Amino acid sequence: MTNGDVNQLIELAQYRIETKTRASAILALGGVALVLIFAVLPVFAGRGLIQDLIFVFYMLALAQCWNLLAGYAGLDSVGQQAFVGLGGYLLFALTIGAGIDPIAAVVLSGLIAAVFAVPTAFVVFRLRGPYFAIGSWVVAEVYRLVFAQFKQLGGGTGTSLPPSATNEIFGIEWVKAMFEVRSPAARDIITYWIALALAAGAPLLVYLVLRSRYGLALSAIRDSEATAESAGVDSFRTKLGVYVLVAAATGMIGALIYLQKARISPDAAFSVLDWSAYVIFIVVIGGVGTIEGPIIGVIVFYALQRYLADFGTWYLILLGALAISIMLFARKGIWGYVAQRYRVALFPVRRMLVRPHA
Amino acid sequence: MLEWLGTIIQGVLLGGLYALFAAGLSLIFGIMRLVNLAHGDLIVLAAFAILSLATWLGFDPFLATLLAMPAMFAAGFALQHVLLNRALGRDLLPPLLVTFGLSIIIQNGLLEAFTADSRRLRLGAIETASIELGGNLAIGVMPLLTLGSAIAVVLLLNLLFYRTALGRAFRATSDDLEIAQLMGIDHHRIYSIAMGIAMVVATIAALYLGIRANFDPTIGPARLIYAFEAVIIGGLGSLWGTLAGGVIIGLAQTVGAKLNPEWQILAGHIAFLVVVVLRPRGLFPRAED
Repeated sequence: MTNGDVNQLIELAQYRIETKTRASAILALGGVALVLIFAVLPVFAGRGLIQDLIFVFYMLALAQCWNLLAGYAGLDSVGQQAFVGLGGYLLFALTIGAGIDPIAAVVLSGLIAAVFAVPTAFVVFRLRGPYFAIGSWVVAEVYRLVFAQFKQLGGGTGTSLPPSATNEIFGIEWVKAMFEVRSPAARDIITYWIALALAAGAPLLVYLVLRSRYGLALSAIRDSEATAESAGVDSFRTKLGVYVLVAAATGMIGALIYLQKARISPDAAFSVLDWSAYVIFIVVIGGVGTIEGPIIGVIVFYALQRYLADFGTWYLILLGALAISIMLFARKGIWGYVAQRYRVALFPVRRMLVRPHA
Repeated sequence: MLEWLGTIIQGVLLGGLYALFAAGLSLIFGIMRLVNLAHGDLIVLAAFAILSLATWLGFDPFLATLLAMPAMFAAGFALQHVLLNRALGRDLLPPLLVTFGLSIIIQNGLLEAFTADSRRLRLGAIETASIELGGNLAIGVMPLLTLGSAIAVVLLLNLLFYRTALGRAFRATSDDLEIAQLMGIDHHRIYSIAMGIAMVVATIAALYLGIRANFDPTIGPARLIYAFEAVIIGGLGSLWGTLAGGVIIGLAQTVGAKLNPEWQILAGHIAFLVVVVLRPRGLFPRAED
């Protein structure tokens, strides 16, 4: 080894692999602060804002879940409404049928949805790429048609959650006393907190998954399944793991959505437009394959809906046109564009090579 | 026994309609692997085009269909040329999202233009005419014509595919895009022509859709699912396979409906899932994925 080689090695050894950025450290603190602010918001905010935020939170959580599935694991599903509807119907069955507390029922619905996801995966994982997308949609349709057969749950027309099922929800007396509100408003506040927990938990979950060995395996599969397998990644088990995990989270979100709506029908609960198309829009407008993207996407989506939804069909036409334009002109979405332009990453999941300061 | 024979005949005839929904989709999916989520809505769009020509200009629906064909060809060509060619690539997500957006735009545009009212194409006596087979069995003339048209469409598309220079270019781009480009094929132009042809087939499908039952701007996605099921069952790039796929879905639906009217759609989906679990690449795939 010559002197030059040694010098080069010394120089190389000074490089470190990092995943943190300065922005991400600030964000970690800011994120905690933001969640705390949102948590105490019901003290000041009116019921209308709380209900709007519940909507924003569950759409964000759904978007993060879909993003993990499609953006990172390469499973481009058009059928996640299967688990939203499943979660919603399980919540109704558990609270009306078994008299379980709604909060416990939300968690249980997610776990049971995960159990359903295993046999579902064995069907849809037979298919790849576009076939998988269509197959997952067909499976969601099968769930919809099957749930329309249950007369106890209202059949094809659906059913309502009686107030008696949620009037004694865990913590309601405390909230009523604390905020000096009546039962319906107190119910909203509790629902709001669950929604906040899911919305804050979903990006954290995605972040932790991606930072782990498991996340590295996922990205490898997405980029080239054959190469990943030759490097020792068990592609089927990795994808199955992420699919079941996402199904559990999506099931919980679905249960929460229908706890809030208090009325369910097969057509609404298994709607491809509400729980797939809009969710995909949010992810893609913000930036697919990034954790920041869905957050930006949901803000854009909410703003559009808030100010333009009165225009009905024209609003939807605009939404479709916006999605098409983003896909054609800024394929990486708003966040993708910003991140590339200004080289920032708030949730850094990429392993970076850092040269020490000389 | 005879009752069941009737059910099976109905199923096969219904399969003809589904094959017509699927044939255009099969063509573009086979050639460019495009998952066109707006295909169902484009069929509904064609149905409204036929309806408009028939009511405003007073044409017979068959003549209106003939007039709508070149317009739909041009619309398909332009759509592919301006929009879809830019979305195609190795990644599945862009075409998925663009066609999802397109689907929403078409549905709501039609709602704006034609309201949510149910419409129907009227043909007069031929709508209810049937051919007696004896023993209480009769076949409707229109369903028979639908299946006949489906077979004719598949035959003509196959002739185009295997007997013409254009068809050779179709097959070449489908089999190996890079080599086809090296041989001087302008694949974007080929794709645009293919989409134009797919829209002509969609117009034929729209005619029979509009005569068979009521339609309104929102029914596209359900037709899309049946069409995709037929395409996937048939196998990538096989038009006869698509016809078989349509017949399988049609048969499953009528048999399911015979057992319990509420099971009609469900039975079709289950049949699809069973086939793909057993044969993930479909029954008669021509091309590699």
